[in-house]
Amino acid sequence: MEPFLQTLIAGILLGGLYSLIGIGMTLILGVMKIINLTHGQLMMVAMYITFWLFSIFKLDPYLSLFIAPPLLFLFGMGLQKFLIDPVLKVESILPHNQVILTVGIGMVLQNLATIFFTSDYRSTPVSYATDAWYLSDVWKTAPIELSLSFSWTISFCIAVAITIMLWYFLAKTDTGKSIRATAQDLDAAMLMGVNVNMMRMITFGIGSAMVAASGCLFIPIYYLFPALGSQFTLIAFVITILGGMGSTMGAIIGGLILGVFESVTATYVGMGWAPAGRFVVFIAALVFLPGGVASLLKRHAIRKSK
Amino acid sequence: MKRYFPIIVLAVLCVLPLVGLNTYLMHIVILSVMWAVCGMAWNLLGGYCGQVSFGHAAFFGTGAYCSGILAMKFKISAWYGFLLSVPLNVAVALSMGLIVLRLRGPYFVLATLAIGEVFRIFAENVVDLTNGNLGIMIERTWVEKTQFYYIVLGLGLLAYAVVKFITESRWGYYFVAIREDQDAAESLGINTTLYKTIALTVSAVLTGFAGSFYMVYMGYIDPQIVFSLGEISILMIMVVMVGGVATFWGPTVGAVIMVILAELIRSIPRVGVAYQTLFGILLIVIIIYLPNGLVGDFPKIRRMFQRGAA
Repeated sequence: MEPFLQTLIAGILLGGLYSLIGIGMTLILGVMKIINLTHGQLMMVAMYITFWLFSIFKLDPYLSLFIAPPLLFLFGMGLQKFLIDPVLKVESILPHNQVILTVGIGMVLQNLATIFFTSDYRSTPVSYATDAWYLSDVWKTAPIELSLSFSWTISFCIAVAITIMLWYFLAKTDTGKSIRATAQDLDAAMLMGVNVNMMRMITFGIGSAMVAASGCLFIPIYYLFPALGSQFTLIAFVITILGGMGSTMGAIIGGLILGVFESVTATYVGMGWAPAGRFVVFIAALVFLPGGVASLLKRHAIRKSK
Repeated sequence: MKRYFPIIVLAVLCVLPLVGLNTYLMHIVILSVMWAVCGMAWNLLGGYCGQVSFGHAAFFGTGAYCSGILAMKFKISAWYGFLLSVPLNVAVALSMGLIVLRLRGPYFVLATLAIGEVFRIFAENVVDLTNGNLGIMIERTWVEKTQFYYIVLGLGLLAYAVVKFITESRWGYYFVAIREDQDAAESLGINTTLYKTIALTVSAVLTGFAGSFYMVYMGYIDPQIVFSLGEISILMIMVVMVGGVATFWGPTVGAVIMVILAELIRSIPRVGVAYQTLFGILLIVIIIYLPNGLVGDFPKIRRMFQRGAA
């Protein structure tokens, strides 16, 4: 029982961070209808920014949240304006040119990182890296002993806070509403006077900033190397499929499911199989629940309204 | 002239080893032909049928591991891997098709990408069968390159003939119809799932041959090489994108360019490590300026030069 609960907690904490990665991807997918296969590489870039700020200026990785995401926001807007947008207008036989384009961008970013920063594994050895909270500290006569890593918990809480902020932005502000309108119906949004190109740029920027934020949250508990990006790109799209394409709520639930599932596979099947478990979830979702968690939510909402 | 073009190319390719190229040049030529086979196979599914696959490394690796495992575990010639790879890749393609061919657009791209990765993780973890990350090393049949060259040339011919035969038959038109508008094709009575499965299976078998050849030719494989997303699946797409999507000669032109570029860039000191950056930039430039590849956009290129000359 105790290892299971511990696994579950680790899975939820991991899932919270995964959700943040997934939200960025699903937002871009919803508005632009393209898969951003360079998502993880953007996270890698943000992690290197955080890493260098830490090793040169001794800046705490969590404080980099105020630096790396805004930088990546600008970077993402630039990518959208100068590379992805021109391709949307190009006539070609294959409809997936933008997807292949993002792969190309990812290759360049990863290779440049390898050249400039070498492929060494790096980490930010913060002083609180090994601190943990124990259940017995709070509840003296607890029947089981559970521990909670300090940095994991902080990262999780910040991820939740960022998600709430994003929800507020999308639901309450004018820009957020325009973004949602663009995602729902491009032509109608344009007729209502929404600057669709601007919204696309902002969305790509926000998506990049979200994944940059998760990079900042991941680095105290993880390590960093240039090829890490592709791994997180895969995670991001598994979450996107699991959650339902373009659904933010779905991405949150999808992230949590994936986190728990991976953590359970790692404990009970073996570390090496955790990535395979990820894809089992993915293929199962494609076969049995093609609309993702979002389709379940929608069905539930419809039943309620009847 | 145009009718005899394939025959002329074939004749030139047949006498190529007699010219007395050194081993390094032969190596480049062999790799080019191998990648042309991969490119043609990918083009059948991606270019003609419009199903962009990011997971062809799964078939390539299956072919390679067929040969490797036969030689390592059962001590029989690795060449039998070509035979074994056919039923295996058909089985893989059919079961893969069952899952992914129901999906469209971005879903299909992601599903194939994921399946390619599943194969890599599988090969890394089933150590008893595949030797895991240690890889498989076998003895090469010949030291000389000439024999390998004629075999890969045979594969190239086979791939070319198969692709030509299919695309010029009724099936080819079905494929293009599916690419242009799947719903319209379906409403005209084309069994879209069936024809997509055919395209996937043929493509898989041809890619598997290239994989088996890679094993017997290179003598060493491991999961990171033959199931690699970046080095196999994406390079296959690049070969077709650079050469020309849905053209007969595109994959061949693309393969020659990509192999020579890779070798050239890697041999330049200091710049060599950046070959992926340059590939990425090349891909971006091609997609923005020549979205149908060098062969597909050839009239556009010619016009550009004529305007420049005038």
